[in-house]
Amino acid sequence: MAREFRLGGAPHLPAATSVQTVMLKVLLALLPGIAVSVIWFGVGLLLQIALACVFALLAEAAMLQLRGRPLRPFLSDLSAPVAAVLFALCLPPWAPWWIAAIGMLSAIVLAKHLYGGLGYNVFNPAMVGYVVVLIAFTRELSAWPALAAGSALAPGEMLHAVFGGGQPWDAMAQATPLDTLREQLGQGRTLAEIRSGPAFASAAVRGEWLALAWLLGGLWLLQQRVIHWQVPVGVAVGVIAVAAPLWLYDSGRHASPLFHLTSGATVLAAFFIATEPVSGAATPRGRLLFGAGVGALCVLIRRYGAYPDGIAFAVLLMNAVAPLLDRWLHPRVFGRSK
Amino acid sequence: MIEAVLALSGLGVLLGALLGWAAVRFRREDAPLVDAIDRILPQTQCAQCGFPGCRPYAEAIARGAADINQCPPGGEAGIQALAALLGREAKPLDATHGSEQPARVAWIDEEVCIGCTKCIQACPVDAIIGAPKLMHTVLIDACTGCDLCVAPCPVDCIYMLPASSGIAVWRAPRPAAARLQNITFLRVP
Amino acid sequence: MSSSIALHGFHGGLRLPGHKIAASAASSRACPLPPTLILPLGQYGGSLAQVLVAPGDRVRRGQLVARADGLAANVHAPAAGSIVAIEPRPVPHICGLPASCIVLAVDTDADTDDRAICFPPMVEWQQADAQSLLERIADAGIVGLGGAAFPTATKLGYPIELLVINGAECEPWIACDQMLLRERAQEVCTGARIMRQIVGATRVVLAIEDRMQDAAEAVRAALDSSTDIELVEVPTIFPQGGERQLIRVLTGKEVPSGGYPVDIGVLCHNVGTAAAVYRAIVRGEPLLERYVSVTGHGVLAAGTWRVTIGTPVEWLIAQAGGYSGDAARVVLGGSMTGTAIATDAVPIVKASNCVLVLTTDQLRDPAPELPCIRCGECARVCPAQLLPQQLHWFIRAADWDAVESHALIDCIECGLCAQVCPSHIPLVDWYRHGKTELHLRADAQQRADAARKRFEARTLRLAQAQAERTERLAARQAVDEESPASDPIAAAVQRAAARKRSEGGPEHGA
Repeated sequence: MAREFRLGGAPHLPAATSVQTVMLKVLLALLPGIAVSVIWFGVGLLLQIALACVFALLAEAAMLQLRGRPLRPFLSDLSAPVAAVLFALCLPPWAPWWIAAIGMLSAIVLAKHLYGGLGYNVFNPAMVGYVVVLIAFTRELSAWPALAAGSALAPGEMLHAVFGGGQPWDAMAQATPLDTLREQLGQGRTLAEIRSGPAFASAAVRGEWLALAWLLGGLWLLQQRVIHWQVPVGVAVGVIAVAAPLWLYDSGRHASPLFHLTSGATVLAAFFIATEPVSGAATPRGRLLFGAGVGALCVLIRRYGAYPDGIAFAVLLMNAVAPLLDRWLHPRVFGRSK
Repeated sequence: MIEAVLALSGLGVLLGALLGWAAVRFRREDAPLVDAIDRILPQTQCAQCGFPGCRPYAEAIARGAADINQCPPGGEAGIQALAALLGREAKPLDATHGSEQPARVAWIDEEVCIGCTKCIQACPVDAIIGAPKLMHTVLIDACTGCDLCVAPCPVDCIYMLPASSGIAVWRAPRPAAARLQNITFLRVP
Repeated sequence: MSSSIALHGFHGGLRLPGHKIAASAASSRACPLPPTLILPLGQYGGSLAQVLVAPGDRVRRGQLVARADGLAANVHAPAAGSIVAIEPRPVPHICGLPASCIVLAVDTDADTDDRAICFPPMVEWQQADAQSLLERIADAGIVGLGGAAFPTATKLGYPIELLVINGAECEPWIACDQMLLRERAQEVCTGARIMRQIVGATRVVLAIEDRMQDAAEAVRAALDSSTDIELVEVPTIFPQGGERQLIRVLTGKEVPSGGYPVDIGVLCHNVGTAAAVYRAIVRGEPLLERYVSVTGHGVLAAGTWRVTIGTPVEWLIAQAGGYSGDAARVVLGGSMTGTAIATDAVPIVKASNCVLVLTTDQLRDPAPELPCIRCGECARVCPAQLLPQQLHWFIRAADWDAVESHALIDCIECGLCAQVCPSHIPLVDWYRHGKTELHLRADAQQRADAARKRFEARTLRLAQAQAERTERLAARQAVDEESPASDPIAAAVQRAAARKRSEGGPEHGA
């Protein structure tokens, strides 16, 4: 007696991976850097991450409901928490709770769902969220804790700062090394003088440790084939290509390429932010150029722009150009000469 | 104040002249619009659009005397292609001109055919061969399925049959698009 | 002897976990004849062979029952019996549509019937000319046994420099080529030599995957220090056995996009095809049976069988112990590129290499498909160096010009992109859809162009006929005016007679 079977398409194998697995790996790779950040900046970061995640998931659920899409597959794909964590890492640890709310609303609603949801965002959602709050609420975002030991807020003060509106606008707040650099370069000091200043020394060293932590996570992501090597290499090349000539021209007034690579969010951007697959380039050479563009623009914005860190703007600008890069830098097909 | 006005005006004139020169120097010699439209039309020559053939219809569209949704054999795909070419909104097929049918070819029942050549005269693409008082037959590869031969036949011996089916012309279906997404957009570089 | 030629690589590909032990642990067994054999008439490209028998006819084993037409190959009765019917039956084609088949009821004593028809053995094939060898191969109905079923005689009709015998069976579950090499390496090697003589190749390479060590040993033993065939072991990466990838690995050259290996002087044949060529030439046997692996967790006794062409899959699975409790899907082919079949009544055809019965836990979870997140993994593994992601977007948007320019025709449907996609998008199904749409679109364009030409020719003809008529009318009036006194009726009769004489027959058309 002939038997009937249900059909299915090739390949007839269990799936190798899933979006959830990919996002989970990204979150795991962020852990070393988060740990180091918590050590330097206090547990406030964890509070920001939690707030951002909550708001992100709420925004996502609301938008899915409004658009008539099923909730479970999209909420469990972990893409919103990844954007939330990356966004929270850019915030000062005691930023008010509504910063996270507005940022995540912009990221999930504006940058993600209004463009079509998962897989359709043209711009990096975390960076859109960050840029919105950065431009709208510059003061709240420029208050970083001093990195001197013992300067972290006690938990009670932290909660008050985040939820109670009691921002510590006193001497404990301090600008980041990049901020200090810009400001004091603007005042005409040379790098040597700035470096020897109190605000700088320990901060820069700790920054290097942070960069190392991001690097570890990023290398693991490379090994897991979650990200492509062309993006971080491109970012490094871009940074060096712009920073090196400037530094060689006048090392008194321009920071070295190494400084650019290890300070701020460069390594974080190279491995976690610029590698956001949906808004980045989709071809190998496109990714290289995309990364190089991010690195170059970042250095230029840091040096000549009005904001201390250029990563967010650099990434958004390159997001706009990415489709064009793909069109120009189409890879060669097997059996064709070009 | 006067210097500002003069400067801006001068700039305007200069840029305008530059644009005008560029418009002439870099003018694109496009293929005539009628040819482009005719390439999209299915060449069935059935006259369902109200014009005596695909070329007259193409000419009518080009001069604005006809709408783009009058061609049933071209179907929705044809309307979309015309809309994309002309930069207009696609609209549903105008039902007064007919409806989209699956591909068909004519077949003459040889038992009944009387050899009157009326269908031969009616066929716009000469897909029927025969002679007066001799058997007529349809060349399947040349028949466009326009139906024009059916009416003139005095003994009603012409039937429209579905065009070839089976494995050779099987169309792999679109994968059942996941219910999660029904967004389509036309161009992604 | 084993040759150490420098091997190149190919882009993409993936190492897949192997599952060949089940099908290759024991020796192959001969599958007993089923009560009914089903022989499809349609083969490569939809061409149908011409049927030579009618229901009720008695046939002998090896008798020609359908003649090759176009790209369809000869069909022979694999066993003695009688023709039951010639009717549509389910066949192993992805569309699931039934196709015309010869249904043969096998005689109960067919196994012992020794009145089989075969060709005269060409034992002195080294002295035969290429033409007679090719004729024999065509007469024997041999097609590519690697899966494409392209007529072998047609493929061997070009002079080439490098003949590759493809034993690099890269699908994880299939072991039929491995078993053939292990048990009949001599036949494969002789078949390769015959092919070399036909095409005049200067080099013959037998390629196997480096994990098929038992096959390697058997081939070395068969070659026995002769150097006319080089045995090369290639890395076990899917889809190493793909013709284009294998040629690139062995020679570093790429088959041109849209072209064929002969364009670069290479020819690639499956080991099974080589063995079939040997049998046809040296033993005079038409292609009547092949090695088929029956495996997967859904059958109770996996193994490799020598199966008569036309055996229903149902019968074969019964020989292999039957279904296990959880059998959920039957695939003809491997897990990466095979076709799921809706009913096990379909027959084993010349191109069938494996029956893979899978249980639910071996299949993809029917989780919903998420949107593409543009991760680029698909492009990383694509052996044809395509951009599967972009192809998928363009096919979705029905942007056929872009689909064509992104080289969809070069997709070998290996399935790697769909396997690595985190969003579980059925990419291969999209590409199949895209390919048939492109093909039909090109077809429709051709027909439209032909119709336009015919229409214009007809318009021209009508206009010319009209012009001639007007001229004649004018000429007639001129004649009338010159001789006004004559009788108009007589003049008209004269004119009609003159016209009949000058044209010599009734007018055609309008």
